[in-house]
Amino acid sequence: MLVTDSQQVSAWRVVRDVVETGSPAERAAVLAEQSRLIRRSVLAMIGRAQAGHIGGDFSVTDVLATLYFGVLRIDPARPDAPVRDRFILSKGHCAASLYSTLAFSGYFDPAALDTFMGPHSPLNGHPNRVKVPGVETNTGPLGHGLPVAVGEALGARLLGHDSRVFVVCGDGEMQEGSNWEALMSAAHYRLANLTLVIDRNRLQQGDRTEETNALDPLADKLAAFGWEVREVDGHDHTALLAAFAPAAGTRPVAVIANTIKGRGVSFIEDRVEWHHKVPSPDQIALALKELA
Amino acid sequence: MTLAEAATAATYDNRAAFADELIERARADERVVAVCNDSVGSSNLVAFRQEFPDRLINVGIAEQNMVGVGAGLAAAGLIPFVCAAGPFLTGRALEQVKADVVYSAHNVILCGMSPGMAYGELGPTHHSVEDLSWLRALPGLDIVVPADRHQTRQAVRQAAADPRPTYIRVGRYKVPDVTAPGDRLERGRFQLAREGADVTLIGAGTLVSRTLAAADLLAADGIEARVLNAAYIAPLDVEAIRAAAQTGAIVTAEEANISGGLGAAVALTVAAQGGGPVVRTLGLSDFAPTGSTDMLLEYFGLTAPAIAAAAREALAV
Repeated sequence: MLVTDSQQVSAWRVVRDVVETGSPAERAAVLAEQSRLIRRSVLAMIGRAQAGHIGGDFSVTDVLATLYFGVLRIDPARPDAPVRDRFILSKGHCAASLYSTLAFSGYFDPAALDTFMGPHSPLNGHPNRVKVPGVETNTGPLGHGLPVAVGEALGARLLGHDSRVFVVCGDGEMQEGSNWEALMSAAHYRLANLTLVIDRNRLQQGDRTEETNALDPLADKLAAFGWEVREVDGHDHTALLAAFAPAAGTRPVAVIANTIKGRGVSFIEDRVEWHHKVPSPDQIALALKELA
Repeated sequence: MTLAEAATAATYDNRAAFADELIERARADERVVAVCNDSVGSSNLVAFRQEFPDRLINVGIAEQNMVGVGAGLAAAGLIPFVCAAGPFLTGRALEQVKADVVYSAHNVILCGMSPGMAYGELGPTHHSVEDLSWLRALPGLDIVVPADRHQTRQAVRQAAADPRPTYIRVGRYKVPDVTAPGDRLERGRFQLAREGADVTLIGAGTLVSRTLAAADLLAADGIEARVLNAAYIAPLDVEAIRAAAQTGAIVTAEEANISGGLGAAVALTVAAQGGGPVVRTLGLSDFAPTGSTDMLLEYFGLTAPAIAAAAREALAV
């Protein structure tokens, strides 16, 4: 049973304060540092488990760090507070990155990360809300997070809560038809409290997205579906903070975060084979040096 | 219920009771909402929409999104009744039912409207006869198959008060009352509809009145049949099944494919304990030909005389 780690919550608050009150440079620096720590943690977890999805973990890291340490109105000491911002990692295979972010935010003791994918660990290869505080819904099969996020955004409105709902989908995941049902729905209901972040690393498991089932012009498609579209460098924390600002009008917001799969480690970056390849001990040592 | 009574009894479309009770629940608890797939009419939600326009979420013809939205509403703290014709709710959105609702343990009430072969001539695409097989494979999902309007009302009331995910089959094919309004629908229990020790007939939904009539036919031959109303398929009433295994034979009858529904569950339970009697499972084993619901029930041997014949055969008398 994972429970709040109060020491870690205090550390999270310190970072959060800097993001909220510090200078732009200080803000960018602390978020970059959290991203570095998450990437190092992911490396260790995958090395230990001998399994995981390192490429996608690294492409989404800066988005997760920015959301948890700079944007989401949450209290990791009270994961079930009825009024809270919600986050769903629809690309659930990047659980290592999410677990690290949740642990560093204080949802549970980071020591538990050592059990990732071990026998009977709560930290399954894909996130489980019943076992992991901070996880809002179980993900793993692709194309599920966005419809659930639409329901959460509608629910918040019906209950009169000013909660915002964030969901991260992989770009390859946007090939799932259920996402396009949900895109229509969110626009129809004018869910300005909903933000979809697309981790646009341009690679899917087997090939480049554009060679498999082309998504471009993605921004135009999202705009045509009635969304307010923002396109940013998904590794620029300052740009991400700006992109995660509330909707300008009544439309839901789609942030296309242009990222590099495997970002942060030179030999892993933008290579299709690193979707779920496990680094050797030597490669881990090399990677840790790059992330020092 | 005798055959003669069955022929003259008043019959009811369970959707009316469903709609009435849902409105009552919505009046009592503002967290109750309805979600549907362009099925406001066929899910009998017109009156609900009139009274609670903001609490009826019609996502259009998009069942995967519909079930995901239901899970999200539950996650936000609401009590969503997700309503769609059975085949599309359970077939098209099966992975959403599995991952977003049941595995995620979100309090969603899945309402499979017009189940079984209620859509008769529209054919197998519109028949919901695989739902029980598919859903029984999901641990933690309550599966309710009300036999009449009273049980339908109670199923809705209980689901609204229970935090577990639930699937309710909401019948369209008209059925007579087989319970009284005051009879309690107990979670995980078969209801004893008729006492008897020679053979046990276990019916679900539309088949309960027919198994009662079959028991009447058997009584004329001096065979006393126990009749169980399997309103809950999950959790399964293992105790009642073990007791039924003490009678001379068991016959199950359901408007569903026999590969994994009630009959399979009963047979598995009896076989697991060993030394049990013959178990005959009546239901579908093929896609239906073109025909009305009445004709198809007859075609698949789901009538009182056919159930009685199966019991006689099982008893080898």
